[in-house]
Parts: sequence; structure tokens; C-alpha cells
Amino acid sequence: MSDEYDLIIVGAGPAGLAAAVTASRNALKTLLVDEQADPGGQIYRSIERALPENRSALGPDYFYGQKLLEDFRGSGADYLPETTVWNVDRELNIGLLTNGQAKQIRGKHILLSAGAMERPVPIPGWTLPGVMGAAAADILFKSSDMLPAGPVVLAGSGPLLLLVACRLIDNDVPLAAMVETSSARDYLRAIPYLPGAFRAYNYLLKGLSMRYKVLKARIPVFQGCRDLVVTGDEEADGLRFTCHGADQHVRASTVLLHEGVVPNLQFSRLAGCDHEWFASQRYWRPVIDKWGRTSLEGISVAGDASGIRGAKTAEAAGHLAGLDAACRMKHISDAERDRLAAPYLKAVTRERSIRPFLDHLFPPACQALVPPDDQTIVCRCEELTAGQIREAVALGALDPGQVKGYTRCGMGPCQGRMCGLTLSEIIASSASLPIESVGQLRVRAPLKPLTINQLADLEIFE
Amino acid sequence: MNSSAGYDVIIIGGGIQGCATAYHLARRGIDVLLLEAESCGRHASGANAGGVRCLNRLVEEIPLSLAAQRIWLELEDELGSDCGFRATGQVRIAENQADMSKLEERATLVRSFGFHHEEMIDRAELRKLVPAVAEYCIGALVCRNDGYAKPFLTTRAYLARAGQEGATVLERHPVSRIERERDSWRVTASGRHFHAKTLVNCAGAWGDRIAEMVGDKAPLEVEALALMVTARVAHFIDPVIGMASRKLSFKQMQNGTVVIGGALRAKVIGDRQHAQLDFAPLKESADTVRTVFPQLANLPVVRAWAGLEGVMPDKLPVIGASPTAPDVFHAFGFSAHGFQLAPAVGLAMADLVTSGQSDFDLSAFRIDRFQGGRPQTGEINGH
Repeated sequence: MSDEYDLIIVGAGPAGLAAAVTASRNALKTLLVDEQADPGGQIYRSIERALPENRSALGPDYFYGQKLLEDFRGSGADYLPETTVWNVDRELNIGLLTNGQAKQIRGKHILLSAGAMERPVPIPGWTLPGVMGAAAADILFKSSDMLPAGPVVLAGSGPLLLLVACRLIDNDVPLAAMVETSSARDYLRAIPYLPGAFRAYNYLLKGLSMRYKVLKARIPVFQGCRDLVVTGDEEADGLRFTCHGADQHVRASTVLLHEGVVPNLQFSRLAGCDHEWFASQRYWRPVIDKWGRTSLEGISVAGDASGIRGAKTAEAAGHLAGLDAACRMKHISDAERDRLAAPYLKAVTRERSIRPFLDHLFPPACQALVPPDDQTIVCRCEELTAGQIREAVALGALDPGQVKGYTRCGMGPCQGRMCGLTLSEIIASSASLPIESVGQLRVRAPLKPLTINQLADLEIFE
Repeated sequence: MNSSAGYDVIIIGGGIQGCATAYHLARRGIDVLLLEAESCGRHASGANAGGVRCLNRLVEEIPLSLAAQRIWLELEDELGSDCGFRATGQVRIAENQADMSKLEERATLVRSFGFHHEEMIDRAELRKLVPAVAEYCIGALVCRNDGYAKPFLTTRAYLARAGQEGATVLERHPVSRIERERDSWRVTASGRHFHAKTLVNCAGAWGDRIAEMVGDKAPLEVEALALMVTARVAHFIDPVIGMASRKLSFKQMQNGTVVIGGALRAKVIGDRQHAQLDFAPLKESADTVRTVFPQLANLPVVRAWAGLEGVMPDKLPVIGASPTAPDVFHAFGFSAHGFQLAPAVGLAMADLVTSGQSDFDLSAFRIDRFQGGRPQTGEINGH
């Protein structure tokens, strides 16, 4: 394998695919690496292998991705599927693991387009078998044609919750209830952002048609719910919650939780890019310019990994990052880049217009941010509770690194992916500090474990 | 802010040396202020491997190290905190006859100075102590009272006790200026001024910069050193392992994880700002691990990290009074083996501050030992 690429792209979702297409078109020697067996990211997961009979269930938004996949297949970019990226550093080294062989290669430019991940929803009982993320359930359907065992209760907030509800209805999976943590008040709060959102009216129409489908299927919908608890001893058997002061319990075999998605920051944080706090959706995102350039020379971020803006924006951002990389490597002039970028910049502006509306309509529920109950598990790897984290704060640990030192929170194999946000939120609330000053858990390589053998056999290309 | 507060002693640096010194001074009723630039235990004191090792010490350090070893055995009781200390012993393994000769030479040297804590063992005794070691290893040098502890917890335990004894601790207060003002020192940190009669410099990898502010020079080099840790595995080993002629330090923690290190170089980024991993030495270390413990070949490494450390040319720390500035004492530059010494250093520093004297011969650790030609080096067994 060639040891020096002009551009190495991490993640084969819409942003990564678009960047690979544009970069290759502008003569950059490009490598796209991705953890999955097929390109497409989560949104277009397994699109090239989707069964014809599932076409209507998967919907036209899914198949929109086909064109991008075709362009990518014809682009001439090198592609490494089923490859884990376990390191990225500011000297533009990148650590890869393919078929058990670890390699370290260096790019002239790196684009991180690792997409989003579901926000963890640490409520009592969330670690029981039978509980999973709604997005994770959706991915299982797309990739393996697997559906959750009914009856299902869907709980939380965010556009994806509605999408999954429709997917289950279409596939005749019994849906016991939709338990929404957003409320009518959130709708009122979102109204001022509606005029802007009309510029992306297709999203509004889609949202309304999904609402109508849930209504027509006579699914019980509870709004403004609080105090969610997954019930069951050995496995989940339902969801308890309060709705407008009344206690409710819905029986279910599967509990799907969702409080929106957050950027996947593992790579940008490991590399050491600057990040900023995005208050309305309560997550960090890398600081980037319109081309996706980060605070580190030669490292860019595009797509949901830079902030949640959806697939269409990600695709446009990928093209922009590809053009910018070509410009940085003097394959095209600044003027040429700017000319070619115009339609993508316009698309980004248009697609972004819906976000302030959605961000206000679906704020993550307070309970999901800071578990009120001390017994709730926060760090699944080390089985640490919210109470244990609060104890460390009481001992004077005022940043995630110090809490980690006291408790081992975030030291398991998941490297704090599942607990990092919750940890910062708990410290901020317990110590009454702004979360910006609390900061994030530091991320360490290898991002995914390497065995002693794999590390000893590491091939290093300087 | 222009507030100004007066103390007896200001300690600069909240690593384990500063925290231990603060604890011992505060216990003696001295009004102490500890200023830490970031958070206590943030750098070398939190990032090191936690080896509590007398084995293979530079000879000049042995008296201090043996004193520390005695304190370690009782330290958790004294501090009233779990420091994760386990007296498992430390073993330095010989892979061949050349290694055995090297270790025997070392044992003889240590004995010639009148110390008896290092002991040669043969293949049978090695297999008894470390049943999991590869068959071909033929013996070892051991120190049975050694062990390991959790560095962050130990540092924070000293810090907590210092606070209980009345020390004032200010984190996120980097010192920007030190001035002599009549008979005392004025220290500026985060725009605030603090006064004290006495200063103690425990600034670790930044120790030379603090020394320079009072007019002392130290040829400190900043290095980044890396460690890695594996997933949990069933208990298979007690003592901490080192190798006679390879870079490896290896221990299994109580929770089953294995911590692997041993002078693994990383990169210093910026102006002593970050340590960045370099995978070439980690690769080499993994190769050593699978050679000596073949059964671990498929064990996952879940995390690696690196920390910044101040290293002196002769690998000996700077400990003692400033030769130029009145009422200033230094304790820094521990050259990647200061963790075990801290309990004794804290005591020695408190003695120096309160009486001007110490029970230990600190002459090898003078800050001005590099002025006027290179000193006689204490290095007798490569680190």
C-alpha cells in the first residue's frame, strides 16, 4: 500500500464519500477508510445491498444516496473497508487496523468525517438487556434486516424517534407507546425559528407526514414525560414515567431510547483540535471554518462530526473540504476553489436553515443529561454510578480527568464514548461550574483496542 | 485582582513532591500555600506507572529510597486514604548468562555500599515468584519490599491531608513572577500576589523555570514518557517486572489490567504543553511483552498515554537549598523515578524549611552541581 496519500478520509458517510469524489476529481491521491463492510455511513448503511422488497420500507431519502455511491465507485479513490482507525495525531499520522494487521501511515491532509453517535441516555435501568438506542435499532434493520422484538416502547426526543416509529409501523412491529420527553412548550419555543425552517420546507412536510402516520396507527403518544425508569430485573419489561403529574407504566419487551445524536468527536479530540460548546443541543463540536479546517494545520472535519446538520449538509461539506484540500495542495487556485464551492456553500446555507427549529423543538431531556438518581450507571465499562462521580467532585475533582483519576470513569474499552458527555454535565451541575470550564474527558489512543501481537507487528510508514 | 496574602511558605507545584511537602509542613503548624498551575497530579505525578521501587536505584538515592520504602509500608494508614499500594516486590529478570553477570555485578556494588535490599535469585526461585514468566529466563535481582501504588490517588491523598492540616491550595494558578521584597518573596500567580518568607520549588518539568526566577540554573530536559494498559485478565502475576537489558516495566494491577511501560519515549509538543504518543517504542515494548509472557500475545491494549517529566543530565533530582537565593528550596527533576521517593522527600523538605538541615546527605542533589564542569556521575546502571 502506498504510504503517502494527499488526502486520507476517515468515515464513508455522505461527507466522506463526497470529499473522496471531489478530491479525486481534482487529482488528489485519496484514501477513504471506514469501519463498515460497505460505504454509505449510518444514513445509507448497506444501500448497495438493500433488498428490493425493503425499498418502500427504507424510503426515498435512503435511496437518494445511490447517486453519491455511484460517483464514489467511479472516482478512483482508494477505499479500505472494515478498517478501524485507532490513532490520529497532529503530525498527520493515522493508525489503521485491517484484517488484524496494524499500520501507521501519514497523509498530507486528513479529513475526519466520522459522523454522529447517539447521545447516551443514562436513566435507571438503561443497561438492562432489551434496552437499546433507537438509532442503533434502525441500523440493525438497514444492515441486517433485523427488527426489535415487540411490543416496543420508544422513548425520548428528536426527529429520529419519529422516523423509527414509522419504520416499526411499516414493518408491523407492535409499538406499545411513544413516550416523548419534549413537550408542547418546546413546540412554542421552536415557533420563532419556523420562518427560517420554511426554506427547507421538505423537512417540515416529512415531519408532519410522520406525525400523521403515528396518529393513524393509533399509537399511544405521551408528551412532556419525565422520571423515566426502565423496569425489569434480569431484562427490560417496560418503561415507567410520569406524564403531566400522573404515573404511567407501559409494558414492552424492547425499550428504544433516543435523545438525539451528537457529533462523534473521538478523532478530532484525540488529534487535539480545538472544540467549542454548543449550548442549545448541549454538545461539543470542533471549531472549524467554512471549509472544515480545524485549529490544526492539515486536519479538517466535515459532516455530523462537526455538528449535527444532517446528510445533505454533510454531503455539501464533504465537497467543500475536498475542494479545500485540493487548493491547499495547489491542485487548484483559491479562485477556482471558490468558484467550484459556490453551489455547495448555497446548499449548506439552505439545509442549515431547518436546524435552529429542530434544535429548539427537540432539546435533550434534563434527566438524560444529568441523572438525578445517584444509583444510575453512567460509565458502563467500569460500572460507575452518578453518585460515585458526585463523590469524586466532592473530593475536589473539578474536571473529567481528575474524576477519572479517582474513579476510573471513562477508562474502559469504550474510551469514554458512552460516559464522556454525562460526566462533564454531572461535574458542571454538582460543582455549579459552567460546562465550558469543566471541559471534556481526554481521549487516548488506541481508540479501539489493539492486541499485544497487533501492536508488536505494527507496520510504520514514515 | 490585587489582593495580597501572606504565608510562612509558598510551595510552587502540586505534584506528589509538592503535596507531600505541603502535608509535612502543615502538620508542623506552618502556614503553607500550595500554588498549582493546572490541577494537582495533572502531569508526571498522575501519569506515571506507580512503581514503588528501591531496586536498581542510583546509589546516591538509596538512603532516601530506603527511608521512603519504610514509610510506604504505613503510608495508607498515615494518610487515611487508599493509595492502591501493594508490597508485591519488584523483579529484574535475566534472559541469559550475560544478564546474570550484569545483575550480579550490580548486587555486589550495592552490597559494597553496605545495603542489603537487593537479592539475586536463581531460575527456581524466579519461577516461584513469577510462575508466568517464559521458560528461558534464568534468574533475577529482586527487592521484596518494593511494589506499586496508584500515583494519582497517592498524590491526592497527600493533598487532602495537607488541606486538613490547614494548608491553602490554589489550583489553576500558574506562577508568572517571583520578586524579592525586603525580607520576603512576592509571588504573582494568575494576577494575584502572595507573600511568604520561604519558597519551595516543586515544579517538576517546569522546575528549571521557577529556579530561574530566583536566579538558579538547572540543565533540565523535558521528556515525554509513555505507558499503556491492557484489558483485564485473570490474575497471573504479583511482582512488578523489569528486564536486565530491555526497556520494560510491567505490572498487573488489582483489577486485572496490566500496565506496561519502561522509558518509552513520546514526543513533547509545543512549549512543554502536551505529550504525544509515538507508536514506534510502544511497538518495541509489545514485542518484549510477547517474548517474556507469550500467553499475553492476544491481550488487548485498551489505552496508552504519555506525560511530561523533567530529567537531569545525571538522572538525579535537584533537592536542597538554593545556593544564591535566601530561603528558597528546590525539589524537582526527579528524572522519571521520583514517585517512590516522595514520602521521604516531603519529610526532608519540611526539615530543610524548618531547621535548615536534613538527616539525609543531599550533596549529590545540589542544583549547582553542573556549574564549573561536569560532576562525578552517580549513574552505575543505565536507566
